[in-house]
Amino acid sequence: MAQTITEKILARRAGRTDVEPGEIVMCKVDLAMANDVTAPAAVTAFNKIGAPRVWDRHKVALVASHFAPAKDIASAKLMTRMRAFAIEQEIEHFFDVGRGGIEHILLPEEALVLPGEIIIGADSHSCTYGALGCFSTGVGSTDLAAVLATGEIWLRVPESMKIVYSGRPGRWVVGKDLILSVIARIGDDGARYMAMEHTGEGIAHLSMDSRLTLTNMAIEAGAKSGIIPPDARTFGYIAERQEATGRHSELEPLHSDPDAAYAQTLEVDVDAIEPMIAKPSLPSRAVPVSEVERMKVDQVFIGSCTNARIEDLRIAAHVLGEEVVAPHVRLMVIPATQRVWQQANAEGLLERFAAAGAAVSTPTCGACLGAHMGVLGPGEVCLSTSNRNYVGRMGDPTAQVYLANPAVAMATAVAGAIVHPDEVRPDVIELEGALVG
Amino acid sequence: MYGDNVDTDVIIPARYLTTTDESVLAAHALEDLDPSFASSVQEGDVVVAGANFGCGSSREHAPVALKGAGVSAVVASSFARIFFRNAINTGLVVMACPEAVAATEPGDAVCVDLAKAEVRNETKGIAWKPEPLPEFVMDIVRAGGLVPWTKGRLESQRS
Repeated sequence: MAQTITEKILARRAGRTDVEPGEIVMCKVDLAMANDVTAPAAVTAFNKIGAPRVWDRHKVALVASHFAPAKDIASAKLMTRMRAFAIEQEIEHFFDVGRGGIEHILLPEEALVLPGEIIIGADSHSCTYGALGCFSTGVGSTDLAAVLATGEIWLRVPESMKIVYSGRPGRWVVGKDLILSVIARIGDDGARYMAMEHTGEGIAHLSMDSRLTLTNMAIEAGAKSGIIPPDARTFGYIAERQEATGRHSELEPLHSDPDAAYAQTLEVDVDAIEPMIAKPSLPSRAVPVSEVERMKVDQVFIGSCTNARIEDLRIAAHVLGEEVVAPHVRLMVIPATQRVWQQANAEGLLERFAAAGAAVSTPTCGACLGAHMGVLGPGEVCLSTSNRNYVGRMGDPTAQVYLANPAVAMATAVAGAIVHPDEVRPDVIELEGALVG
Repeated sequence: MYGDNVDTDVIIPARYLTTTDESVLAAHALEDLDPSFASSVQEGDVVVAGANFGCGSSREHAPVALKGAGVSAVVASSFARIFFRNAINTGLVVMACPEAVAATEPGDAVCVDLAKAEVRNETKGIAWKPEPLPEFVMDIVRAGGLVPWTKGRLESQRS
């Protein structure tokens, strides 16, 4: 029977030859992840289940990310609970403050997510890992606890939505703009319960960093997962990460059959996509930046699991050039992981941001969810490279959040109001590893 | 009654995620959407809302906050999948029934019967039979949530 990549992965881990959308299957999990917000409740549920040990201490990742470094006593206690569990259960992949960062950028970097695997994360943006050709989805703490106890999870096999990208991204256009334009077309629940499969020559042109942004926001369309069939670029990235981390495992990649069935197919002309911006308070309210009036902003946030990889910081630094941040604007730059921070530092990017008047921080989810490191006050306007602009997401419920890519973010920080990057950098640029010109 | 896309950030904002205490979470349930909710909700109330209820963050604190505030069930046109799983796992009754949402007005007496897959608006005297939950999921409901269900599964594997 012809099957999609998602169906093949689920079938293999369910010990079956094939599966059909809509049926419920019990699957073996390759990696289970939780963070400082979701792990404590998962530990409580795990203890209630009564299993003495996690099913496999080598297949669990615990990451201090959301409130890290601890912002107050209560969050310090959450991290203490996670830390104690990691020690007690001898969890191999425990990433504490100063050794990790935001899980969705960290785990691919650490070569801990591989093609053909099933990754279950207690965080909604766990769909990110699908950029490497695995099935990955977000769950709550109790589901994660059951995985910790048994190594298995029940999953309803999702229908797949095939998104075929043609053309090549233009100037300033990155993965963020592709996914925002798709969400604007299909709506905040346009892919509800589905697997979004991103294919076509447009994807071949995307860097791994951009691809990870594309799958990161599957959840903003209500999808269960986002997936990109692995290609030469994927395997090259994995080989590089395996080399850097010394983690070498066999790859078991899978691909969709050419005649696999899809519930829906969407065609996207990448040539026609401009840098996008999502207006408050839903990601689906995305329009080309050129259509938005010159709105004054109080804060610009370059960070989060969506856009705080090295490519994002290089693009931001390129737009910044020798300019400075507009006088009334606060610019927060938060590299996603310790490695990204070190790389950006080695390249002189952090110094450039700081010299321009930006606040540069150690890795954390921080401002994205209004946790700390840049919480918004009443009525403030923020342009953020993150993934959600819901009411109250980044702080006070009367604050307004716009979502865009790092080029638009930095251009806005320099101009002091929402502008197209061309306004700050009219010259054509080609950046290594990033498709900017 | 609320509209479409009630996300988990408005159900329980991240500023309260430093606790897992149900009563603390309950005191702030829905406060960014409806500041009067926590003070006006009555034990056993049913929340009725539009499409994609519970979208966004996977925080289980969301169904826990609603349940803690006294909400007995949520009837929505549709649910976001992570919230739906979290509700089943933690014992909050959820039912997707767009017809019931369309016909219901604030203050109506609404009754949800998960086992029979039925939503009744007692005020208007109308009943609906939405698609029942899969038998597999009903097993988890009948077990009292995912913790006892998993516990039972492990015990039966051991014996």
